Amino acid sequence: MLKDGIIAAVGTNVSVPREAAIIDGTGLTVYPGLIDAGTAVGLPAAEAEQPAARGRGPRSASAAPQKISLGPQDRPQTTPWNIAANDLNPADPRVEKWRGAGFTTALVQPTGGIFPGQGSVVAFGGDRPGEMVVAPRVTLGIAFDTSGNFANFPTSLMGSIAYVRQVFIDTRWYQDAETIYNANHQLERPPYDRTEAVVGEALNHHELVLLPANEKLSIYRAIRLANEWQINAAIYGVQQGYAMANEIAASKLPVFVNVNWPKMEKGADEDQITLRQLRFWDRAPSTPSALSKAGVTYAFYSGALSDPKEILKNVKKAIDAGLAPDAALKAMTITPAQILGVADRLGSIQQGKIANLVVADGDIFTEKTKIKDVFVDGKRYQIHEEPSSAAPGGPTASPADATGGEAQP
Amino acid sequence: MIAKTNTKIVTNTCTMPNAHRSPALCIGLILLAAIAIVALPGAAQDQANVTLIKNATVITITHGRIEHASVLIRDGKIAAIGTDVQAPAGAKVIDASGMYVMPGIVDCHTHIAVDGDVNEGSTSVSSMVNIKDVLNPYDVNMYHELAGGVVIGNVLHGSANPIGGQTIVIKFKYGAPPDELPFPGALPGIKFALGENVKHSNFGGPVPRYPETRMGVEETIRDAFTRAKEYQKAWADYNRRKAAGEQNLIPPRRDLQLDPLVEVLEGKRYIHCHSYVSDEILMLIRVANEFGFKVRTFQHVLEGYKVADEMVQEGAGGSTFSDWWAYKMEAYEAIPYNAALMTRRGVIVSVNSDDPEEARHLNQEAAKSMRYGDLTENEALRLVTLNPAIQLGIDNHVGSIEVGKDADLVIYDHDPLSVYAVVQKTIIDGNVYFDRAQDIAGRAALAKEKQELLDKQKNANKPAPKAGSETEQKPKESKAKKHRKTPEFAELVGGGR
Repeated sequence: MLKDGIIAAVGTNVSVPREAAIIDGTGLTVYPGLIDAGTAVGLPAAEAEQPAARGRGPRSASAAPQKISLGPQDRPQTTPWNIAANDLNPADPRVEKWRGAGFTTALVQPTGGIFPGQGSVVAFGGDRPGEMVVAPRVTLGIAFDTSGNFANFPTSLMGSIAYVRQVFIDTRWYQDAETIYNANHQLERPPYDRTEAVVGEALNHHELVLLPANEKLSIYRAIRLANEWQINAAIYGVQQGYAMANEIAASKLPVFVNVNWPKMEKGADEDQITLRQLRFWDRAPSTPSALSKAGVTYAFYSGALSDPKEILKNVKKAIDAGLAPDAALKAMTITPAQILGVADRLGSIQQGKIANLVVADGDIFTEKTKIKDVFVDGKRYQIHEEPSSAAPGGPTASPADATGGEAQP
Repeated sequence: MIAKTNTKIVTNTCTMPNAHRSPALCIGLILLAAIAIVALPGAAQDQANVTLIKNATVITITHGRIEHASVLIRDGKIAAIGTDVQAPAGAKVIDASGMYVMPGIVDCHTHIAVDGDVNEGSTSVSSMVNIKDVLNPYDVNMYHELAGGVVIGNVLHGSANPIGGQTIVIKFKYGAPPDELPFPGALPGIKFALGENVKHSNFGGPVPRYPETRMGVEETIRDAFTRAKEYQKAWADYNRRKAAGEQNLIPPRRDLQLDPLVEVLEGKRYIHCHSYVSDEILMLIRVANEFGFKVRTFQHVLEGYKVADEMVQEGAGGSTFSDWWAYKMEAYEAIPYNAALMTRRGVIVSVNSDDPEEARHLNQEAAKSMRYGDLTENEALRLVTLNPAIQLGIDNHVGSIEVGKDADLVIYDHDPLSVYAVVQKTIIDGNVYFDRAQDIAGRAALAKEKQELLDKQKNANKPAPKAGSETEQKPKESKAKKHRKTPEFAELVGGGR
């Protein structure tokens, strides 16, 4: 039973209030709303490198004239103050697509640059941006990007790593210096730096620092850097996790697995392909199963997939490679909720949690299964049989209290 | 010493274009190498802790050659050498009858095993970056070089900047976790560079970068060390006042650019300086004396023969090419006698590769100094074994075959100074990391695996097969087989288990 956007009761013997709208769930399966633990859905498309001449833009740094970056002091590609929750667009057509595929919730993460911004836990429902936000500041994103040219720091991976290292050093220095200065204003005043201030707040809030690492070598490196930098970290990418499961487990770091599995591109030059690449492509979908066996805490995310139906298809590949279906479901429901610190509200069908549900006519990992209804904050969204891209967004039903179906643990 | 100057010089192997030493080309090479990163099943890890290599010609470097001798390895160290050494019960025995055992080759200048670009080229002083952060044990070049007998490399940042990134000495433990590569206890280094590369003479983007002259290069180094000294003093003052019990002190800000330069000033980090022209070499020696730091090695140092005495006085080693020159203006006054001439004046000289291909035959590169400059056999082999070990400060552990040293050995089928010498086994810390026979034996299985996985990917890319479509697929598969090349083993090894 859903009431006021919350799961009011779950069970076979729920007393139904007289005013309730009842949905017959016979033959249907109810799942917790699925969580995509890493996407830019709901955010405006990342702007091009060129300074935006027109209008306002959330990425104010790129609106400044292009400046040569000669070192860490120039804070290249750094906009940690971009918070996904501030830039959400409920009319983004992808929001409806994702919801239609069963994804009621996501970690929406700004992209682009070394410190692109802070991620938010977002519900894929609601008419206004503010209604979508479950938790505004949850993650601090990092990518070891380079400038792509020889003139701007960093030009190299090692430069990018050195830069992030210096930012953490500076941030902690600023926090110490500010404390000492505030206790004694006769001292030389520490200069204010927006990056240090914002990253410092994120660290104080114990936001999850996202480190990129897709292949074996970078996973080794991310574990080492998380340890060195003493941050509350999670690793994202992790498609070669099958070769690093024990090391990840020993690190105790949670990971976000990109289910957009790598594969040979059509028309690839076979002579340029190595056995290593082939092995990687072949084994990547076995990563979740290997992580499960090793006891790693992991969640799934869609990466660069543009069609959300592909997410479940790719998860099915992981199941075919040995992953238990209930483990797959956890990696899209309760586990991401736990990693992101919102498990008290999301991730399972439980009294008191947010009423985000998916109603399907069968097992969600079976290709012919159709998703019938999706509830976000208790609001029912009926799913069209063939959702054409021209179909208008928005709920097809008013907010309704409802019971129905059998609860899926 | 230059008695043979009339002899025709035919061995200039420099077939690379002038820009070969440019960082831009380095990027491409390194990126290619970094594409595939998986674990290694190929290098057999010999778990038995006692191995006897028996009945070989043992080239000790420090104590001459011993014929029909054996080398006993225990727990990764050389335990005994001699003609009467027997294998203890349970020892693994490698019969090296008719073969040659010498210390594993030490390459004092390499850029392999780096993930991403070897240059942080944006800034003239890139000392904040560290090769250690991006070591790549899965770089297949490492395996290629093991097949050339190389066991240790001084992995350097590129030469784009007067003061480059932090560098590190590694053992070529191909496929090991990255943190297991660094040579235990070896002092870290930093790359310096002078001349055309750092002033962007032969390349450069649309944005000019300071310095653009040799004067500017000197000023850049002076400025960096001036700042480093101020920084060093700021920390010393802070620590002194704090120790004296002062409260409310704001510590200096840690600066990753200046930390390594302070380490240089304190003798805790070696400078390896890319250099060509003699007056620049003298310039850096003057600056070093003025600021109170040492230059550990001059790299390339193609005009080292002109300033060998000054290098000896500075205590700097010279790490050069055998016969590679004229690839840019500042490399025109090179001569193949450089290594021999510097050696005769008392410089510790090594011959390095700077290149993954060159590194596969450093034994031959060393041999050229017998032809050009009359070094003895042992002096020639020292150029790629003990001398680079001395330059890197690791000669107590490697560089010669002596009891107590690391069992880093290479076994050749012919005298390593011969062009016919082919590496049979390469051993690091007593473990076999390259075994030619095993390599050859494994190729067919790897080729088969590759073809199967390739077919699998190709089939996955096809639309879902309809009934009766099997006949359509067959011709395509046979076509693929027709085009299949004999895969190079090196490309194949290193896949995940």
